[in-house]
Amino acid sequence: MTETEGTGSPEYERERVPEPALRGAGSFWGMYAGEHTAGTEFMIGPLFLAAGASLQDLVLGLLLGNLLAVITWRYLVTPIAMAKRYTLYYQLERIAGSGLVKFYNLVNGVLFCFLAGAMITVSASAVGVPFGILFSVPEDTFGFGETTFTGLVVGVGVIISLVAAAGYGMVSRVANIAAPWMIAVFIGCGVVALGQMGVHSWSAFREGAFWSDAIAFVRARHGPTEFSFLQIVIFAWLCNSAMHFGMADLSIFRFAREAASGWAPSIGMFLGHYVAWIAAGLLLAAQIKLLQDTSANPGALAWRSMGWTGIICVVIAGWTTANPTIYRSGLAFQGIFPKSSRVTMTLLAGGVATIAGMFPNLSAKLLGFVGLYGTILGPMGAIIFVDHYWMRRFGLIEEWANVEGKRINIAVLIAWLLPVVVSLYLIFRWDLFAAYAVVPSWIASGCLYLGLCKLLHRQFSERQEPIAKVNS
Amino acid sequence: MKTALKWVSLAALLGSILPSVFLLTEIISHETANLIALSGTIVWFLITPFWMGVSR
Repeated sequence: MTETEGTGSPEYERERVPEPALRGAGSFWGMYAGEHTAGTEFMIGPLFLAAGASLQDLVLGLLLGNLLAVITWRYLVTPIAMAKRYTLYYQLERIAGSGLVKFYNLVNGVLFCFLAGAMITVSASAVGVPFGILFSVPEDTFGFGETTFTGLVVGVGVIISLVAAAGYGMVSRVANIAAPWMIAVFIGCGVVALGQMGVHSWSAFREGAFWSDAIAFVRARHGPTEFSFLQIVIFAWLCNSAMHFGMADLSIFRFAREAASGWAPSIGMFLGHYVAWIAAGLLLAAQIKLLQDTSANPGALAWRSMGWTGIICVVIAGWTTANPTIYRSGLAFQGIFPKSSRVTMTLLAGGVATIAGMFPNLSAKLLGFVGLYGTILGPMGAIIFVDHYWMRRFGLIEEWANVEGKRINIAVLIAWLLPVVVSLYLIFRWDLFAAYAVVPSWIASGCLYLGLCKLLHRQFSERQEPIAKVNS
Repeated sequence: MKTALKWVSLAALLGSILPSVFLLTEIISHETANLIALSGTIVWFLITPFWMGVSR
């Protein structure tokens, strides 16, 4: 299983990245710029406005939240990545056992598919605009949109899946080239939207009447709605929690030569997220002012703002992020069935993503889904954190599954699933904002893992037999 | 040659975004702004691959 079929470079999937393969800080900036300027930014930005977030809260809250995210990447992920030099999957296998990692791969792969599905929907919303095929959200959570739009999602999903199955290289190159241009177009969209709303001065922008009028309109039409400063901060901080708290980006930063590389996500957070989300929110505000339409259709929003350039941006933004997401999902599935081909598993992942994309409500509920994603996958990062920093300090065995030759580390299984189950109960039964559950479940998972290891595993000093390695 | 191409790409990038600023100040029409932005987009994607390497 290789992550870079099509690029020609080795991936060191089951070994430490050697010194000659390490990269300087500059290597990571372009990747993070492209990865976080995605089609879903066109969806998330308007959702903030539709949820009732005030402009001041958005401007300040996103600043703080994205700063916290960057700090988490820099000080939580990068040190462990540089110390271990393993992929997330191999690091987890050494701690949790190969059997448990297969289950993690299944969960990870399915969640990636749903995320990719939202991106396919966003791309389809843009492709459909010139043909008059519009994206609309049905009442039912699992309801389809218009038949023509559903067909369009299938078509776009098939194309994206075939390209993902063909390999990572070409998409990676297009994403690198497109990244600076996408950021420029997002900025352009925001500026045009301001002009459409008659905001021609800094004082008019600061006053923010265009935004508060839009929120008032949304509330009049859809009922009371509010998105607090704290929710904005937490969402911005934790929307990529699978990557930082969940340690998925160990796979990226294991190649870092310098710790300063850990600051690279800042370009994605402040240009990709911060600027793009506010710009996309402005697009919806303009649509509400001009057309009294509150539907967050990314393609239509971009078309009304920058015409064909906006359409192309939505398509490319959705495609260049859906592709690697489907690719990673395919790898995760291949981890479950090692004898299967990457192409088959990638097409399977693409199929699941396309089916998910056929339900427009998934995109409409992206704010909640992203928090859910982090809540489910984040706790594994706590286990990695505790294993790296505290196992030896408490006289316990680091990378227990690897040392003891076990396929399942029960302590990991319980420490991961128990906080997740409790969090899911609070989210679905008590309507807890999903992103609120990420940090508490992470902390609970780490504490549980430490306690369970004390209870279930023998001490490091008691180990008499030679070290047993899990077969690679 | 590579430097020249980089300057062309930069101009194209500015061409993708500056029309929106001109539109904000009502110097040009929306249609004209969209046309300039689209031209900048086409030039960016035609020229940039010749000098931007793969970094992923």
